[in-house]
Amino acid sequence: MTTLHHDAPDTPEPVDVSDPRLTRLDVVKEGLRRDEIELVTYESQFQGTNSKAEKRVVRNIAFLFIIAGLAAFAFLAFYIWWPWRFELGRTLGDFYTPLLGISLGISLFAIGFAILSWAKKLLPHEVSIQARHDGASPTSEQKITGQTMLFVADELGTGVQRRPLLKGAIGFGLAPIGLVAAAPLIGGLIENPHKGEHPALFTTGFSPSNNGGNPVRLTRDDGTPIRPEDVSTGGQMTVFPGIPHGATNEYADSPTLLIHLRGDDAAKARAEADADPRNKGSMWGDYIAYSKICTHAGCPASLYEQQTNRLLCPCHQSQFLITRNAQPIFGPATRRLPMLPLALDEEGYFVATSDYKDTVGPDFWERP
Amino acid sequence: MKRRKVDLHEAPVTFAKGVDERFQASTPLRALLNKVFPDHWSFLLGEIALFSFIILLLTGVFLTLFFDPSMSEVAYDGVYSSLRGSEMSQAYASSLHLSFEVRGGLFMRQMHHWAALLFMASIVVHMLRIFFTGAYRKPREANWVIGMTLFLLGFLAGFTGYSLPDDGLSGTGLRIASAIMLSIPVVGTWVSAAVFGGEFPGQFIIGRFYIAHVLLIPGGLLALITIHLGLVFKQKHTQWPGPLRTNTNVVGERMFPRYALKQGGFFMAVFGTVALLAGLFQINPIWLFGPYRASEVSSASQPDWYVMFLDGLVRLMPNWQIYLGNYSIPPLFWPAVVGLGFFTTAPMVWPWIEARKSGDKRIHNLLERPRDNPERVGVGVMAVTFFLIGTISGANDVIADKFHISLNAMTWAGRIGLVILPPVMYFIAVRVCLGLQQHDREVLAHGIETGIIRRLPNGRFVEIHQPLGPVDEHGHPLPLEYGGWVVPKKMNRVGALAPAVKGFFYPVEKPAEAPVSPGLPPVRGDDREEITTGR
Repeated sequence: MTTLHHDAPDTPEPVDVSDPRLTRLDVVKEGLRRDEIELVTYESQFQGTNSKAEKRVVRNIAFLFIIAGLAAFAFLAFYIWWPWRFELGRTLGDFYTPLLGISLGISLFAIGFAILSWAKKLLPHEVSIQARHDGASPTSEQKITGQTMLFVADELGTGVQRRPLLKGAIGFGLAPIGLVAAAPLIGGLIENPHKGEHPALFTTGFSPSNNGGNPVRLTRDDGTPIRPEDVSTGGQMTVFPGIPHGATNEYADSPTLLIHLRGDDAAKARAEADADPRNKGSMWGDYIAYSKICTHAGCPASLYEQQTNRLLCPCHQSQFLITRNAQPIFGPATRRLPMLPLALDEEGYFVATSDYKDTVGPDFWERP
Repeated sequence: MKRRKVDLHEAPVTFAKGVDERFQASTPLRALLNKVFPDHWSFLLGEIALFSFIILLLTGVFLTLFFDPSMSEVAYDGVYSSLRGSEMSQAYASSLHLSFEVRGGLFMRQMHHWAALLFMASIVVHMLRIFFTGAYRKPREANWVIGMTLFLLGFLAGFTGYSLPDDGLSGTGLRIASAIMLSIPVVGTWVSAAVFGGEFPGQFIIGRFYIAHVLLIPGGLLALITIHLGLVFKQKHTQWPGPLRTNTNVVGERMFPRYALKQGGFFMAVFGTVALLAGLFQINPIWLFGPYRASEVSSASQPDWYVMFLDGLVRLMPNWQIYLGNYSIPPLFWPAVVGLGFFTTAPMVWPWIEARKSGDKRIHNLLERPRDNPERVGVGVMAVTFFLIGTISGANDVIADKFHISLNAMTWAGRIGLVILPPVMYFIAVRVCLGLQQHDREVLAHGIETGIIRRLPNGRFVEIHQPLGPVDEHGHPLPLEYGGWVVPKKMNRVGALAPAVKGFFYPVEKPAEAPVSPGLPPVRGDDREEITTGR
């Protein structure tokens, strides 16, 4: 078959497929004609039958299939017999997942390449041309369908127009049905974020309301209270409200950073805090406590740079200056970290004299 | 009664006839077998996404057999001794169980995650192919919109999926998601409370994400993928211009046997790639992150790559808060809500914007080489630059750490780059396209540079050009029309020089075919004429 150069496919004459003299290819070609396909090139990639090149390709494909089978067996063998249970330290089990991956990968790749070489190298090379049928339907079809739709609309529409009772009744009847479908979803999901006397958005675990009106202690994550000498100078500690579940995610807004500042830094911080109406008197000695929840997106702002007295949030790199009321000095955060007012109780443990005076956590529309 | 003889040879025929009597399947089935598909490597990118999706469905079903989407707290009691005794959610505990105590569970989990990354990556690259070749033009605008929606759904599927294990990293991601919801003006706190069932984290979020991840989003993906492929089928695939190829035909191979077989082989290769990745490269080692604690996070907290551009934009956003009386809009709102919304919806209307601008209402079944539409390439490069700066900034803490750059300098570089670089890249891309266009026209007008320098009697040196078509009586080439397809620019592309030797173990027995243009017979070694110096 030769390569032809023309734009429109030939339209050969239809053939009678019941003709017994036709070969199978002839029948196939009649199908192509009916599907408006012209087979421009369809020729074997090898010269003659059983050529050397063909045999080599067949050998390669067979080889790939055999590799696929062997690798699949290997996968099964590894899956069943290789030690797979996790044990600490370096064990043979460490290789379980890699061995599964390698054996399965090889097997699948071999099948893939076998099929690809079969299709690309063994099957006859082919160029077919099929006609497209783009664009709009015939105008008569467009018109008929359009008129039909208008007819239907008229039947329903004028019917309703002429019968005002029906119009009202349909509106009245259907609108609530639509709402009924939406109601359970919306009604079930909706939660008032401002409900209760102490709405969760504005309250943390340090609110005395969680402790029968008494000040809440600062505790470690195991619930033990903290004395001033537990935090060394220049050191810091993550603390939680000393109430049941205070250190769990139930009080996700409550984690607090208790910092023991060096003398000169503490003086600076106290001067700044006392100049601020909300933070006034919140420090205890050289100790200062800030909410750990970043005011930007709520990540814990947990990286403490001792030298520069900065707190860095690792999520979006907002930086807060501890000695200046934790004002943001870089990054996307707008608002300072709230300060927790500190005191000692009669046993000498840290307590929060009240809840945070600023709202903890990421910002929102109606934050006071 | 006489027993009827069963003719085994006739059985398939009888069966087929029976099927046809009931469903009239013959004609549509033949049309399917005969359907012609054009072939080009770049048409396979979307297929990678489809195959990854199939792998995701298969591995995902396996994972659901072991995962427990519950947020009730338990003390871990499994084989991973470093975490034994820690309090954690049942979701995290069951993910650890799946990774350590289910035979092949870790492999399946890693396959699922790698397939998800590949799914999103192939969607993006496929989309770039569609964009830069103008394949979205009439009549295929609807499929472009569906494709963008698929990206958005894939994004949500990815985020809900990697949040499920409830480990330290994904919990932080959820916290940020909650902050993003809170940042929406007026209704933010209500949206967050509705999604989380109260204050973050609540008791519901993993269960809700689970049903979204295994039913709602995959259902949407499946439905849209079906429509996407149905439209490709109905409207027929686009093709590159070339010999025989016109706007009203499809030149390629019939679906059966060759095309379908190649697809099958390609699926296996994609599957094999995912298996190798999953076996050899650890992904999301949740046991190292520990259970989620609101108070703990480490640096280098990066989301999956397709979310990184969003995270980067959030990092770069200056702290501009808008105050309206007693109310305010936090800066997080702009990149995370407006930015994501803009970047997933604005491209949807691009086909109509472009058509309106160019006044082009024709049907396009032939692709356009990127260089032939410099403005489109410029806009695309601008968007890609923006996306890349966002993505790089999403990892700016890691880059700052590894390359010893100041973190603040990285942030400022990102901020400035986001404003300056896209227009610069637009300009460069347009100039590159115009340059390439010009070179095509030059070769068509003058022929290929042969590299042979000739000295004229008057002492001048000239280079001999090989004309690509007929010449006039002076030997100057007649101008050729540009056909929208590759112009040969080297002598061996037109068969004058032997093509590069292929093969390593097999020395060449006969030279490989020199590709001239698809559809034209290749030039064989014995057809070539030697070029002389012209003396």
